[in-house]
Amino acid sequence: MAFSRFTAGAALAALAIVVFASEATAHGTAGARFFPGTILTDDPFVADELSLPTVSRSPKDPDGARETGIDWDLAKRITPDLGFSIGQGWKYLKPGGGPGITGFDALNAGLDYQLFRDGPREAIGLIGLHATFGHTGRIAVGAPDFTTLTPAVAFGKGFGDLPDSMRLLRPIAVTSNLSVDFPTKTSSAGAANPNNFNYGFAFEYSLEYLQRQVMDVGLQPPFNRMIPLVEMAFTTGLNRGAGGQTVGTVQPGIIWAGQYVQIGAEAILPVTSATGRGFGGVVQLHFYLDDIFPGSIGRPIFGN
Amino acid sequence: MRWLVFGLLIALTPGAASGHAFLDHAVPAVGATVAASPPTLQLVFSEPIEPRFSGVELASAAGGPVATGTAALDPRNPAALVLPLPTLMPGRYRVNWHVVSADTHRTEGSYEFSVGR
Repeated sequence: MAFSRFTAGAALAALAIVVFASEATAHGTAGARFFPGTILTDDPFVADELSLPTVSRSPKDPDGARETGIDWDLAKRITPDLGFSIGQGWKYLKPGGGPGITGFDALNAGLDYQLFRDGPREAIGLIGLHATFGHTGRIAVGAPDFTTLTPAVAFGKGFGDLPDSMRLLRPIAVTSNLSVDFPTKTSSAGAANPNNFNYGFAFEYSLEYLQRQVMDVGLQPPFNRMIPLVEMAFTTGLNRGAGGQTVGTVQPGIIWAGQYVQIGAEAILPVTSATGRGFGGVVQLHFYLDDIFPGSIGRPIFGN
Repeated sequence: MRWLVFGLLIALTPGAASGHAFLDHAVPAVGATVAASPPTLQLVFSEPIEPRFSGVELASAAGGPVATGTAALDPRNPAALVLPLPTLMPGRYRVNWHVVSADTHRTEGSYEFSVGR
């Protein structure tokens, strides 16, 4: 019942926000700043974009198991400021010493509202409600038998307004997301399902911004569209025996943002012993649907 | 897999779509110092642009506007704008631009260059 009230409240809040919707632009831009779609950190903008595929290989977890995943995610604008996302993945789980298991992971979806987009300050932010649905994947590979609701906020800030003496730092941008998991079951198969606090950051240095906003240093393709970045994401348990336990990864890498597509590649490094050991990696192909299909599925369903 | 192949074909097919227009390069170059006042500014973008909804303004380092001609599409390049300039005194200048690409996406930006320093 509590979740029904919560869901209804979130829906009402989203509806109220839509009433005050303001004009917005497509893509992850705020003024002169272009924010790429990052692999690990939730984007602070609604968009018409498709990640297909995201291929990842995790570090070994503390039990020696390792996952290989192939995921897809679609983000679609309903109005210029309201968007939904949906995604799922296929997973190959290789337990330490045991035979491998394959199957689909849980289906996830979200509804996001573009809270603000401040061009002069290169700032952008959204609020959203995301859900991971129970019984939509194979439990043997880790898909849950319960649904988790996750209200979230995400922000982005470019540093193009730094003083002239620090102009070489203007290509830096930071995005961040904060969210809390509310599982709809307190335990599954004898294991607790805690509330979790999730927080992540992406620190980016845009060579494209350096070239067109600060100083043309003569970079040629493909380097003039590269964005070196470091992403990090953490999850801290809040209760049910997991209070204070933190898992997380740091992911240094590079995104190349082209005209219609971007390609990202990152290493995956665990930051706590509870997360795992060794390293993994992830690569992603990401399509800008608003640029590929500007007159059809790349536009908001309602409004422009 | 079909989606992947379809998406790749669309993304890699020339002329199949039109994206956001970002500044590719400029003359004088972004952040450059030139010995003498240039007769024009040329801004070359990554995509063809719609000149009716695009513009370029010049400001001094102090922020005051500098009177210029009107930015127009380069007749030899539908992705370039040319801004006629008066004779500029030595100093630093800021170029503020905004363009709308052929698919109606709006982008904007700014950069500085210096004359005679």
